[in-house]
Amino acid sequence: MLEVLSPAFVTTIQDGGRHGYQRYGVPLSGPMDWFAHRAANCLVGNLPEAACLELGMSGAQLRLKSDALVAITGAGYRLLVNGKALPIWTALWLHRGAHIEFSKVPGGTWAYLAVAGGFQEPQILGSCSTYLRAGIGRRLQPCDILSVSGTSASRRELAGRYLPEDAHPAYGAELELMAIPGPHIDCFSQSGLESFWNETYKLTPKADRMGYRLKGIPLTHSNGADIISQGMVSGTVQVPADGQPMVMMPDHPTSGGYTQVAVLATADLPRLAQCEPGIGRLRFRRVDVEEAQEVYRKTLASLEAALLEDQEDWMLL
Amino acid sequence: MPANDLPIIRALGDSAVLVEFGDKIDPLINQQVYSLDAWLKADTLAGVLEFVPAYTSLVIQYDPGRLNVSEALAWLNHKVKSCPKENNSSQKLIEVPVIYGGKAGVDLSAVAAAHQLSVEEVIQIHSQNEYAVAMMGFTPGFAYLSGMDPRLSTPRLSTPRTRVPAGSVGIAGVQTGIYSIESPGGWQLIGRTALTLFDPLNQEPFLFSPGDKVRFISISPAEAETDA
Repeated sequence: MLEVLSPAFVTTIQDGGRHGYQRYGVPLSGPMDWFAHRAANCLVGNLPEAACLELGMSGAQLRLKSDALVAITGAGYRLLVNGKALPIWTALWLHRGAHIEFSKVPGGTWAYLAVAGGFQEPQILGSCSTYLRAGIGRRLQPCDILSVSGTSASRRELAGRYLPEDAHPAYGAELELMAIPGPHIDCFSQSGLESFWNETYKLTPKADRMGYRLKGIPLTHSNGADIISQGMVSGTVQVPADGQPMVMMPDHPTSGGYTQVAVLATADLPRLAQCEPGIGRLRFRRVDVEEAQEVYRKTLASLEAALLEDQEDWMLL
Repeated sequence: MPANDLPIIRALGDSAVLVEFGDKIDPLINQQVYSLDAWLKADTLAGVLEFVPAYTSLVIQYDPGRLNVSEALAWLNHKVKSCPKENNSSQKLIEVPVIYGGKAGVDLSAVAAAHQLSVEEVIQIHSQNEYAVAMMGFTPGFAYLSGMDPRLSTPRLSTPRTRVPAGSVGIAGVQTGIYSIESPGGWQLIGRTALTLFDPLNQEPFLFSPGDKVRFISISPAEAETDA
């Protein structure tokens, strides 16, 4: 069990997402950074889409109520356990009573905590992902207790396993992101499209689990910014009449009524997610679907292949 | 695009396919969306995750770890060609009791005045047609209804309200719809229903499904009390 001492600005439970209900207007949800979420689960021997704690935008403090194998992943956080700095992207065997502090540092936005066995939160519509706007799941408060399914004891030998840095996504503040042209490129002026593929966009502070708003040279439309509402996916780049792109993130509305200039490659969504609002600068590199899918499949395969066993004895922590 | 032409099928990013049947809000186009939706759901492909229908289009999401884009497109091209013209899944008709006007529908008088109609005429016109759930979205359980009499077509409020109660019945342009949860909103509010549109903990969490038929029944506040 894990006790929340002080939550981050955004603290939610996220599994792989709530599939099957977007047709009813329920967002998919799931992690902002799917790679870090998946890596945290793999490190502690969970199924890749098991429920993790997602923390974002500010620091947090937790206390472990029983011995457990945990892994923390993500970017923009330092980990302190009982005041001592410990590595993230590593499976750690921690004792009951351990004080876990997530200290916010530059370089990223979201962190994940996976515990062996996974969190045992109630499933709503087949998922325990939190979606607060519609009252799905709960806003975590100080003193809240998160239960864990089963015990970590049988996986104690996984402690020390880690994901080396060269296998992490190339997080950063200046990013080039792979993007596939969207369904409405004909609705933009030639100069508007050239701006999108050639200019740098700033990530504004208007960034949350629904979407990230960008700012740069406005993308001019050739025939209006509105379309008949249609379905979207995470990574869809919508451009309303002001010409400033908005990238859809996991809690995005299921449909949108603005022209879609591009869709980001799934493999690059973690890098955008971790980019810091108000600081990040982005460019888009045009790729075709085949290339984006190949990178995605390689990323999945390399995650499993890169997990390394460590000899150090984390039992003493 | 004429209604009997084949739709446009293309990749939407690396994890979805977009099928487009036309570029205007039209009941026949919307019906084609639901015919294909039902056809695909009845015999789906491993790796396909979900279907998101809208007024004129259907988005098919898949797992790019299990399916590649050429497999997804080949499957859809095949399914679209074999899809029966009339394959509507839902024949469900849902009756929605509504208190029109007063506190339940604060914009009813303004809507009536905008069209030089009486309040009674607006209620009569709004509750006489049978509507179709053309798509769902905005918030969980929110139904965009097509089939409204164009005499009631009214623009959205110039400044949206920050808080619209759940169950509010609104008009935006040629569309009518019902707010499923309390949320901000800019539709002209003409009434309210006591029915619950979205309850995530219920066995049946959604009152409506895409493609359902809907009829509004005007009731008085007193009738609403006895119903409850």
